[in-house]
Amino acid sequence: MDGAEPAVDEAALVAGLHAGEESSFRDLVLRYHAAIVRLVRLGVASPAAAEEVATNTWRQVIRDIGDFDGRSSLKVWIFGIALNQARGCGAGQRRTALSPDPDGARATPAVDPDRFTPEGQRWAGHWCAPPVPWTGSPAQRLIGEAAVAAVVNAIEELPPGPRAVVALRDVEGWKTAEVCALLGISEPEQGALLHRGRSRVRARLEDHLGGR
Amino acid sequence: MENVSCREVVELVTDFLEGTLAIDRRDVFERHIAMCTWCETYLYQMRHTLIVLGGLREDDVPAPLVDSLALAFRAERERVTG
Repeated sequence: MDGAEPAVDEAALVAGLHAGEESSFRDLVLRYHAAIVRLVRLGVASPAAAEEVATNTWRQVIRDIGDFDGRSSLKVWIFGIALNQARGCGAGQRRTALSPDPDGARATPAVDPDRFTPEGQRWAGHWCAPPVPWTGSPAQRLIGEAAVAAVVNAIEELPPGPRAVVALRDVEGWKTAEVCALLGISEPEQGALLHRGRSRVRARLEDHLGGR
Repeated sequence: MENVSCREVVELVTDFLEGTLAIDRRDVFERHIAMCTWCETYLYQMRHTLIVLGGLREDDVPAPLVDSLALAFRAERERVTG
């Protein structure tokens, strides 16, 4: 959801960092630390490893901020460091990296094909096992701890590409262009990965809510 | 694709929500959703999924961690500037 994050005056922040202002650095940590931990946790094995990756990221930011030239956004630069730290960290054994895999992202159907009437029959391609509305008290059912856990599990089970894109776009609220810059993918590739990831997460939530 | 099947519609949902559907496809999509309560339900479910995803954001950072990193920042600054 674009625009979910308050606008940041990056230029002022960078100037402050280059001038050695501690308040700018604190601002940066407060702004991005939780997101780094969350992203790494979604891609790497254990919470402890995620904290370690985030801390190492900040140490590298401290070392290298003098070299930051503003060609990418500061945010993308920092998260690029975090991804590299995550790759270099032994914790990445379960999943190697947050690298995208655009190939085949469109090939996987959003919904189990068995839920549509097969070709050659009347109403081919229309639902034969349609989704059932998540009624009752949607707010309670959807925001409940169990629903949240189902969604977290669903993200963790995604292949690296869709997982990274869903985490950045839908959890962190990044803009499409920022995600493309960080992962080095095109907007159509980003869209394909997002589609695959969201579709899978919805399906898992449907399983959880007993919609059918 | 004047007539679009449900199976095709679910593949257009992300582009629709992203605003990246071409205008003619968006018309076809919207007309289908207006007529098909099943696909309308699917679209609702996707919107709800996004709400849950957005709710995973929590931005608590332990104060001692911020302090220790700020200390490291200051130390590096002092090292560089002598």
